[in-house]
Formats: sequence, structure tokens, C-alpha cells
Amino acid sequence: MAGETAAGLIYFDHAATTPLDPRVREAMEPYFSDAFGNPSELHQPGRRARRALDEARAAVAAALNAREREIVFTSGGTEADNLALFGVARRFPPGHLIVSAVEHQAVLEAARALNRQGWDVDFVPVDAHGVVDRAAYEAAFRDDTRLVSIMLANNVVGTLQPVAELAAVAHERGVVFHTDAVQAVGSVPVDVEALGVDLLTVSAHKLYGPKGVGALYVRSGTRLEPLLYGGGHERRLRSGTENVPGIVGFAAALRLAVDELERTARHVAALRDRLVKGVLERVPEVRYLGHPQRRLPGNAAFAVRYVEGEAMLLGLDQHGIAVSTGSACAAGSLEPSHVLLAMGLRPDEAHGSLRVTLGRENTEAEVERFLEVFPTVVARLRDMSPLCARG
Amino acid sequence: MSGVYSDAVLEHFRNPRNVGEVDDPDGVGEVGNPTCGDVMRITIKVAGDRITDVRFRTFGCGAAIATSSMVTEMVKGRTLREAAAVSNRAVAEALGGLPPAKMHCSNLAADAVHAAIEDYLVRQGREDEVRDVLGGDPKA
Repeated sequence: MAGETAAGLIYFDHAATTPLDPRVREAMEPYFSDAFGNPSELHQPGRRARRALDEARAAVAAALNAREREIVFTSGGTEADNLALFGVARRFPPGHLIVSAVEHQAVLEAARALNRQGWDVDFVPVDAHGVVDRAAYEAAFRDDTRLVSIMLANNVVGTLQPVAELAAVAHERGVVFHTDAVQAVGSVPVDVEALGVDLLTVSAHKLYGPKGVGALYVRSGTRLEPLLYGGGHERRLRSGTENVPGIVGFAAALRLAVDELERTARHVAALRDRLVKGVLERVPEVRYLGHPQRRLPGNAAFAVRYVEGEAMLLGLDQHGIAVSTGSACAAGSLEPSHVLLAMGLRPDEAHGSLRVTLGRENTEAEVERFLEVFPTVVARLRDMSPLCARG
Repeated sequence: MSGVYSDAVLEHFRNPRNVGEVDDPDGVGEVGNPTCGDVMRITIKVAGDRITDVRFRTFGCGAAIATSSMVTEMVKGRTLREAAAVSNRAVAEALGGLPPAKMHCSNLAADAVHAAIEDYLVRQGREDEVRDVLGGDPKA
């Protein structure tokens, strides 16, 4: 089965990263020492590595319904997002860029960096479920709009954006459309033709592959400037000797994820629904966050009143349960999650957020265990909370 | 990142001392606000200018809870002047340090004690002594 964790540990933080699937590890194994060649060399070791790279590219392309030459391997999601934004922007004099207010930091910070370089950036608002405001989106376009970047699925609350429709709006205006699909690929069907996007970001370690590898899908005809210059690898878009074992692992993981997608999504959604129902029944004054239906199957996000998210995280960790929070404290910033604030949560609500993201190796017994422990963790913290004592 | 918490922080988070409110408190101090993600409320009993009992309630992260717990241990049984001399920094040091990001946002427990002492003195009609006992600026 998929990744094993330390005995007794319950891992509910799959949006952060996933364990490497043992089958993926096995596929990668030969490419560390045995088949170590540089794919750019003509000799036998080089050719062997090249063959593995070509096969991996074909597998990744097939999984996304793309063509092989449209796949650019990168060091991960962050690099792919940066390549998309800067790659397009550098082809133009400073103009206008549209992103959603709930993007991952890799897109938001790249957009802010472009803003410092003279670009105007619109951060399109979202509704209470985290869905992009369609009217505000359409109104944001200008004559000098060069690029839109809107994620497929949100990393905090799991909300899915209507990317196909949003991309069509951009294309009517001749604007390039990028989507960060890091959270979506492997959890929901992702087909670049159905979506109609020009650029799409994928990361391996979110789908039981290795860390340090990902890809940017670049639709034929979409022109980009590279971030990295050198030997001209990856059709000149990403120089640097290819991470062959990582890329092989990425392809193996993606193939498994796509093959098993329906079964995994059903399994994970059933566990998630049970968890959400249990939490809402057993813990008073909790709100379920995100879109009720249009969301990732494994995501359950909550706002728990009178308690702070990092304290809940530590309380659950004490019982061997790993989750995440959008609280400021856990992020080391003074502001709670920009995603939750954009959805209209008050700062004190956002401080009490908790994110549970389930994966294919999770079990009903683990969910039951969570449902036993979580109410006690919240009760203990509420007992300590001055907000609750008077509430 | 919340950085790495010391064992002492985690221990105080897991087993916080003196949680709750003293009955019929002689002084109450509250600092922080929910928007910032930290609220600390300290209640004290005082006899002969000595803190005979102290309890806390805190809304906040692991560091906020641990510093609250630690400060109650540091001031219990102390004179008001001794308690007033306990600083936020001293509480953090007693816990083996805090991650840098936590030093300012979640390290307010001593401030809450100082506020409780001030409240006690005011209730006693001893406003004149506040500056002297707390060493000038009560917020310092």
C-alpha cells in the first residue's frame, strides 16, 4: 500500500506533502547509482537516462492529456509557478496581471515581485466559499492584461475554481491563462484540453511522488522566457541537468494517481464526509469552511471558535495526529491565512482554523480515533480560553 | 514556521500550571486581543503585598499558553515588587527561549501579571504606588 508512517502516527496533512509510495521508490531506485548517466550524453549510460526521461515525459503528458513537448520538468511547484508568471511577463514591457486573492504564495509572491518591477496586479476577490467572483474577474481585464493565474484547487480550503470557464474568458480577450494545479492533480481529473489552459503547474510530492520535482505544462505556441539559462535543457525553458530519478518517480507517481484516481477519490471523500459529520456533531461552535460540494475530496477545513489553530495542532500532535492550520502563529506571521481573510472570516475566526487533508492510506479507524481525540483537545483549550469562559 | 519549541514550552503546553481563575480575585489583568490571536487573563489573590494565588486563562498558540503557565509559577508566593520585576524576556528565558517570531506576538504573560498588580493597587486605593511598584512605565 501507499506510504507507511511511524507506528501509531495518524497523518492528516496530505495537502502539505504525501509519503513516497513504495512502488514509486522502486521505480526510482535504478536511477540513483546504476543508471546514473547524463541524458544529454550520447554514450550508453547517457542514452539509458535519456530513454527514462523520454518515457517519463510521455507518461506525464498522457496523464494530463498533453503532448510530450508541452511538458517542462522543474524543481517543483514553486519553480513552475515562477516560470509561468515571469516567463510570460518577461516577454512584455510592464503591463497588467490578474491573479486570485487566494493563490498559493508561489503565485502571490511572484505577482508581488512583478508589481515591484512595474506591473499592475489585480487580486480578484472570492466569495464566502472561496470561489472567484466572476463579475470582478471579468471587470479586471484591461487592454494591457498579459496573463491570468488562478489556481485549480485551493490548498487551504480545497475549493475548486471553474478554471475552464475562467480560461475561456481570458482567451476571448487574447490573454494567456495559467493555473496552479498542484493540489488538484491526483485528486480530481485534470485534462489540459478540457480546461483549455495555456500553462499548468504540477508537483510530484503532493501525489505520493518525491520532493524536488514538478512540471509546467506549456501549451504549444505559448511563448516564455526561461528563468534559468544554461545548456538549453527542456526546450531551452529550463536549463540544468535533469533530475532523472526524481522525474522517473514523478511519472510513476502520477501514473498511479491517475490509474487509481476514482477509487482513491471515493475512499478519501467517504472518510472526509464521516470526519466532517463527526466534528460538527461532537464539537459545538465549529464552522465547516470552503465550498460544500465543489472541493477536493480529501479536504476538510474548519473554524473553531475560542481556540487558536496552532494550539489545536500541538494538542492533536500530542496524540500523534498530524494536521495543519491557517493560523498566523503556525505561519510565523502576524496575519492569519490570506485565504481565510479573503473568504470574509474575521481575524479571530481565522486564527482558530484547522485543516485536515486525507490521503489514500488513511483508514476509517484513523478517522474514528481523530473523532475521539479532537473534541477533548478543543474542550481542554476552551477550558483554558478567556474568550470561552465568558461566552 | 513556528520554529522549534523547547521541551520546556511543550511540557508547559501539555501540562499547564494554574489554569482558571482564583475565587474572588484581588486583581485582574488582561492583555492582547482576539484579532491578534492572543488574549491572556491573569487573576491574583494578594495577602500582605504577596501574591498568594495566581491563575491564568489564555487564548493563543502554544507559546502563549506556555508563557502564561510559566509566569504563574514565577510569581506565585512572590511580593508584588518581585512579581513586577519579572519581565516577558525572563519568562521566555525560563522556558529555554522562544522561536524569534514568537518573542513579540505571544510573549505577553508578564504584562498580564503587571496589569493584575496594577488593578490590585487601584482597587486598594493605592494608585500612587503603581509607578513605584511597577518601576515607572507599567507596560515596560
